[in-house]
Amino acid sequence: MQTPAPFEYDRATSIDQAIGLLEQYGPDTRLVAGGHSLLPMMKLRLAQPGRLVDINDLDDLSYIRQEEAQIAIGSLTRHSELLSSPLLAQHWSIFAEAERVIADPVVRNRGTIGGSLCQGDPAEDLSALVCALRAQLVIRSRGGSRTVEARDFYLGPYETVIGPAEMLTEVRIPIHEGAGSAYEKVERRAGDWAVVAVGCFVKLDADRVLDVGIGLAAVNARGFAAPEAEDRLRGQPATEEQLAAAASLAAQHCRPQADQRGPEDYKRYLVGELTRRALRRAIDRASRGGA
Amino acid sequence: MTVTDAAPLSAAGNPIGFGRMLRKEDARFLRGQGNYLDDIQLPGMLHGAILRSPHAHARIISIDTSAAEAHPKVKAVITGAMLEGLKLAWMPTLSQDVQAVLATDKVRFHGQEVAFVVAEDRYSARDALELIVVEYEPLRPVVDARRALEPGAPVIRTDIEGKQDNHIFDWEAGDREATDEVFRRAEVVVAQDMLYPRVHPAPMETCGSIASMDRVTGQLTAWSTTQAPHAHRTLYALVAGIPEHKVRIISPDIGGGFGNKVGIYPGYVLAVVGSIVTGHPVKWVEDRSENLMSTSFARDYHMHGEIAATKSGKILGLRVKVLADHGAFNGTAQPTKFPAGFFHIFPGSYDLEAAHCEVTGVYTNKAPGGVAYACSFRVTEAVYLVERMVEVLADELKMDPADVRRQNLLRPEQFPYMNKTGWEYDSGDYGKTLEVALDKAGYDDLRRRQAEGRARWRAAGGTPEHPEVGGEHLMGIGISFFTEGVGAGPKKHMDILGLGMADGCELRVHPTGKAQLRLSVQTQGQGHETTFAQIVAHELGIPPEDIEVIHGDTDNTPFGLGTYGSRSTPVSGAAAAVVSRRIRDKARIVAAAALECSTDDLEWELGRWKVKGDPEKGKTIQEIAMLAHGTLELPEGVEGHLDASVVYDPPNLTYPYGAYICVVDLDPGTGQIKVDRFIAVDDCGPRINPMIVEGQVHGGLADGVGMALMEVIAFDESGNHLGGSFMDYLLPTSLECPSWELGETVTPSPHHPLGVKGVGESATVGSPPAVVNAVVDALEPFGVRHADMPLTPAQVWLAMRGRPLRTDLAVS
Repeated sequence: MQTPAPFEYDRATSIDQAIGLLEQYGPDTRLVAGGHSLLPMMKLRLAQPGRLVDINDLDDLSYIRQEEAQIAIGSLTRHSELLSSPLLAQHWSIFAEAERVIADPVVRNRGTIGGSLCQGDPAEDLSALVCALRAQLVIRSRGGSRTVEARDFYLGPYETVIGPAEMLTEVRIPIHEGAGSAYEKVERRAGDWAVVAVGCFVKLDADRVLDVGIGLAAVNARGFAAPEAEDRLRGQPATEEQLAAAASLAAQHCRPQADQRGPEDYKRYLVGELTRRALRRAIDRASRGGA
Repeated sequence: MTVTDAAPLSAAGNPIGFGRMLRKEDARFLRGQGNYLDDIQLPGMLHGAILRSPHAHARIISIDTSAAEAHPKVKAVITGAMLEGLKLAWMPTLSQDVQAVLATDKVRFHGQEVAFVVAEDRYSARDALELIVVEYEPLRPVVDARRALEPGAPVIRTDIEGKQDNHIFDWEAGDREATDEVFRRAEVVVAQDMLYPRVHPAPMETCGSIASMDRVTGQLTAWSTTQAPHAHRTLYALVAGIPEHKVRIISPDIGGGFGNKVGIYPGYVLAVVGSIVTGHPVKWVEDRSENLMSTSFARDYHMHGEIAATKSGKILGLRVKVLADHGAFNGTAQPTKFPAGFFHIFPGSYDLEAAHCEVTGVYTNKAPGGVAYACSFRVTEAVYLVERMVEVLADELKMDPADVRRQNLLRPEQFPYMNKTGWEYDSGDYGKTLEVALDKAGYDDLRRRQAEGRARWRAAGGTPEHPEVGGEHLMGIGISFFTEGVGAGPKKHMDILGLGMADGCELRVHPTGKAQLRLSVQTQGQGHETTFAQIVAHELGIPPEDIEVIHGDTDNTPFGLGTYGSRSTPVSGAAAAVVSRRIRDKARIVAAAALECSTDDLEWELGRWKVKGDPEKGKTIQEIAMLAHGTLELPEGVEGHLDASVVYDPPNLTYPYGAYICVVDLDPGTGQIKVDRFIAVDDCGPRINPMIVEGQVHGGLADGVGMALMEVIAFDESGNHLGGSFMDYLLPTSLECPSWELGETVTPSPHHPLGVKGVGESATVGSPPAVVNAVVDALEPFGVRHADMPLTPAQVWLAMRGRPLRTDLAVS
């Protein structure tokens, strides 16, 4: 049994109370939702927060609903709910595709979208996903809410723009009627963090790429995205040649590091290969009505 | 009754003898009612925690424990210096070396034990570790085993007087001259380097112990996660100097062992010291990271193999050089005279003229161990070596590897077969087993589909430079044929630290015909409580539900060295059969007395002695049990009751074998491998409980997929352990495992009373080369002849480009 260092524990009954506790106890306090990132780190004593504020009772943070041209997802929504949501499936196949390769059912039943994004793990699949879709993140504090672009949310590994007394409350996913999406991941074993993962969406105008978003996980891409590749592809015909050119830019501009999952050149290669595959499938979906 | 006849069923529906039945132990395990070490709570029990080294190699300048001692819940802080005073700082290993219980002079691996805290609860003990201040002077570590013997390499074992290098032993087996001669005249010689990387058994339950020293009686009781309670009792007596009759070791339910729970770890000794110092029972249970970082690893064999053959594929000889990484202390567990375990069974299943191996053991700045993870005393490494070499030869000769094996497998008439390195294989019909496996796999059809797939890939433009073409995947087919020697072992051939490997066994049949069987071997999940009851049922006709199997308490069981190396059924299974037969013989005398006839007039049918020619007249074993405890007058010199005990010294090992075929799918665009099919045909003689055997094979096959594709403990250049959690040390899940396709042939062992052979490790031993052979076969279009495990996507991708990794080092 691995034993964490001593900590205090509060169970919040409202968003305002949770934020109040964060304000009261300062930066040594951490929110805990599913606990599947924070608790292992505490058990390994890599994280030693002085106080946990448990937000699992905040049911008003758990929802997936359409609000005009966006899908609003509460930050306490569990992975398993993202995986099985008909609304998400109707607009974005990428959600179920990514969720199916995130960890395992036990983790997915408990882990939340907010926790995953705020952890800021460089290999987080949902970070690549929301950055591919150019989602917006709603952050609450005592003074009110602010909204940031997903791609501006990350300052570095395990580091986000969220302040000590702030809380991510909602993820807003744009809906692009007719767009196609896809997620590709190479892992050493089911449930492992990605060696490399690529998510994307493509919106077509006839055979031409009207808009595209490409998200990259585990390769230290700025904002978990590949803007150079997107710029290269936007407005171009959706041909294999164009995909290859864009994929090659994605591979060129990311900054993978060698670790036990593979050397740098392999990861860079995978970014190219998985970008091509993801784009290909997203284009196929877009050409058949989207999702 | 022969063992292949279906056994009659008991009133409870269980076979009175061999056959499928649900495991007797599962009722408690499935309900969460097992009693594992960490379930045990004793009055006044304290908790221990170990401070471990953050360095692979460093001199200890000072240790300041004052802040930890001031912690309000801390009862004792123990350091190496304190143990030195008690002459307990070092303990003997199972390989005639010593290991530090707590480091005194310097630390020698990342995760080594440095100090021990005893506190009122586990959290406080762990908190107090952070209050201990250790000043280290880091030293250059020896990380790469291949450089351990270089001049100028840092000397790790400066504690050994006069030690100037990191050399442990040189050992050889086989006939060097005959082998060299065969290689001189061979038409074809092929060589291959290969690494069997360091892996870990990773049992679900980590290791731990509760020591309770009774100051009044001087009695030490230790509840321990041990596969070998009797061996531990003797070792405790030798290590701690506690008289052996005052030591009681209890193994409660054990949550997996796989060889990880054979030896004595520093934590066990520290729990004893903690109990002596505080006067309270002390529980120490390691956490997952401690288990992965400091307890017995497996393998770490750097092998250079050479195979000699004719141009037509007849194998003539094998020559092997091994560099064995034993870590900082030589703590491998195996019969004492075999420092490389049973590695010298490497000629495998083949009829060859000569073979020779040389093994050199070296110290490195890594955790000690080496013999674990269901390895059958390093038969695992041997089988991997020979099964890779056969593939390398087939590749060189452009022959089908199935044909190479067909041509070279030992033939039935050669058994019993004395192999070229001194092993006497007891029985086998290898060719038949291979054909059963090939048929089951549909081998010819697989090869045809593979050829079609490769043709499609090439037609689509697939080349080594452009492997990704329109999503075309490539198939790989791998074969492995293994022979194990298990059931250590005959006293004339082996011992551990002078202790023979014969097993005691006691059987008591109570007046009402219910029985208790006392065993020295220790189940860790193998189902002993069921299997051994079935053996007694088979011999005496007592229903298995009426037989209690007692094990795991040295005060209540006869002596024996425990369960590892697939030895329980070969040795204690034989003992259980022999002791049952003694009871049967005694029952005959009692029955004859009761029936007023001669014992010669009686014949046995399952569960009953009956009068020849008058089968209505007889006595059941239950009736006889009551008579034996009653007032019946027995012949002169025959004592009452129905109890017996034996000590079984096996005349030989048993030699299970099998043919395994693995089919993999390669995505050449990413290097990802998926195991599509796995066919395992095992021959372990008759199967006592086929369901249990199949379960063991399933587990071993999953192990093999894990080792071949993902498991490894690598170290970075500073000697940091890179596999200290299950996020870093990957074990396979059901998603990596196909639906196993099992088969069997049955070739009894001629010397075992039941004809059975050990099987617990067969699949772990036999499956890794099948998976690796399949992956290498899938890579044929890329000209790949070999790549080391684990074959992660990165490793496969690099192999496709002709530059596979050193998987034991950090990826750079």
